[in-house]
Amino acid sequence: MTGQPLIEMEGITKVFGTGSAAFRALKGVDLTIDRGQYVAIMGPSGSGKSTTMNILGCLDVPTDGVFRFRGVEVQKLDRDQRSLLRRRYLGFVFQGFNLLARTTALENVELPLLYRGEKKAARRRAAMRSLDQVGLAPWADHTPAELSGGQQQRVAIARALVTDPDVLLADEPTGNLDSERSVEIMELLQKLNAEGITILMVTHEEEMAAFAKTIIRFRDGVVERVEHNAHSTARVVDATP
Amino acid sequence: MFGATLLLALREIRRHILRSILTTLGIIIGVAAVVTMVTLGNGVTASVQEEISSLGANNFIVFPVRTDRGTTRPFDEADVDAVERQIAGVVVAAGNVGANATAFYNGQDWDTRVTGANSAFLQAQSIAVAQGRGFTTEEEVAGKNVCLIGPKVREAIFLPGSSPVGERMRLGGVSCSVVGVLEERGQSGGGADDDDVVFMPLKTVQRRFRGSDTLDFFVLKYDPAYAASAIQESLVDLLRERRLLQGAEANDFNVIDTAQVNDALGSVTGALTAMVAVIASISLLVGGIGIMNIMLVSVTERTREIGIRLAIGALAREVRLQFLTEAVVLCALGGLAGLLLAFVASISLASVIDVPFVFDPTINVLSFVFASSMGIVFGYYPARRASQLDPIDALRHE
Repeated sequence: MTGQPLIEMEGITKVFGTGSAAFRALKGVDLTIDRGQYVAIMGPSGSGKSTTMNILGCLDVPTDGVFRFRGVEVQKLDRDQRSLLRRRYLGFVFQGFNLLARTTALENVELPLLYRGEKKAARRRAAMRSLDQVGLAPWADHTPAELSGGQQQRVAIARALVTDPDVLLADEPTGNLDSERSVEIMELLQKLNAEGITILMVTHEEEMAAFAKTIIRFRDGVVERVEHNAHSTARVVDATP
Repeated sequence: MFGATLLLALREIRRHILRSILTTLGIIIGVAAVVTMVTLGNGVTASVQEEISSLGANNFIVFPVRTDRGTTRPFDEADVDAVERQIAGVVVAAGNVGANATAFYNGQDWDTRVTGANSAFLQAQSIAVAQGRGFTTEEEVAGKNVCLIGPKVREAIFLPGSSPVGERMRLGGVSCSVVGVLEERGQSGGGADDDDVVFMPLKTVQRRFRGSDTLDFFVLKYDPAYAASAIQESLVDLLRERRLLQGAEANDFNVIDTAQVNDALGSVTGALTAMVAVIASISLLVGGIGIMNIMLVSVTERTREIGIRLAIGALAREVRLQFLTEAVVLCALGGLAGLLLAFVASISLASVIDVPFVFDPTINVLSFVFASSMGIVFGYYPARRASQLDPIDALRHE
């Protein structure tokens, strides 16, 4: 496994619909992402960034091409096998938080462990640790309705982290938050990346993308440009009083 | 995992408590109807059986019937003797005649029924003497004016607390001395009060009330070691012979097997139960469709939740199990509520129609299991639908 990139995409295409109604969302994407990376995926709507994110998250399969995750060819796996990949190696953070309503923060965070078949005591412990990591341990018994947007997103991040995944996939994680909360979330993600987790984030805000080590820009279903800005993020953090 | 799924199902049901109750109403009513009906049916059967055992178990009742020519040929004591002596397996045979009469004692009067029957009859019918004694052979042979009174008659004309035994009372124009009081027996199958009766020796009633030596009917008690059908066959053969009936002639008498009466009544309650079962199964079917409908609504409502679960790695079968569990729990709770309703309904209805409440564990367990398994049948399609949702579409669902 050493030397093997975490994620490899070769000639990925994705076509929605058939015949004259067919829409080519991805027209041949090649990507390599190593462990420990923090990648921001940017691009105007319809550029293919969300489709790429869905494929990277093993939620969708490409029409053509090869997508290797940890060396496994994901496009050859069936639904349940991809579910098992997500369960073991991936954590998701969504724009709309997507927490279960009327369910406490702790129970939301426990959910992925439930599907891993962990015992109740172990679930509780791991979920509390994860909530503590995002600074929300005191809010463990609150339901999403009783939490602010920023807090809800932190719960979502805690849920994504609880299984100790290889990759955290964040789809517009700050899209529903004000700028102050957004920066807090970005700083949290940066801290987690510094601790070793690989982060893939879709965003349309340059300020948020500036936190990432690498920015991949999409346009018209292909990768337009890859930028490395490893040092810019530090400056942004330093600039904050 | 399963405990968590169960807990989740209960929570979802509680969250929509009114909807859940309305949805399960069909199942509640269906289960309650079946269980109540079977329980009441058992009560009726039990009370009928009690009635029949009061008539005497292993008994035949034989009585003459009107022939095509419009005549009725009664039996007499000679027939009874012949049956008792000539048919193997017959323990005792005894005749009976009856007449209406008014009982008088100490200025009190009471309309009742005088039955002429000897000790053998009381023995065959398991009628016990509570106070005093039965008839002696001498009294029976001589046709003495002695009587055994039912508790109702005693109550009607004798003072409470006083002993009627040894007193002289009058029955119509016949004076008789009370030798005993019968044990309480209650209503008979025909609705007559078995306690409102006066017994006198057969010969006394024949002579003083009927003026003939014929019988109304006779009973015979047989040894249960013998086959009832064999005894009945030899009984019919013997009686036809004694009554000089030719080969083609129909029987001018009838033999009733108390066990057959029991069976007949059982089959009537069985038919009633089957009818209710059909109606209840329609109710259950409608209830099941209701469950399916509400589960489909629930899947649509919770599309986003399903999306989240799939995204974080739930397998299709895990999502399916979750919704299936919910449907089964809903149905099981409906079944439980139905059993509770049936319990209350059967107890109160049993007291209204005056039959014993006989709890039947089999039908209760069976109904519950059936109701719960309806959750699997009608919950499967919605659960499958939930498990096959596309996670991306489901997450986008508003």
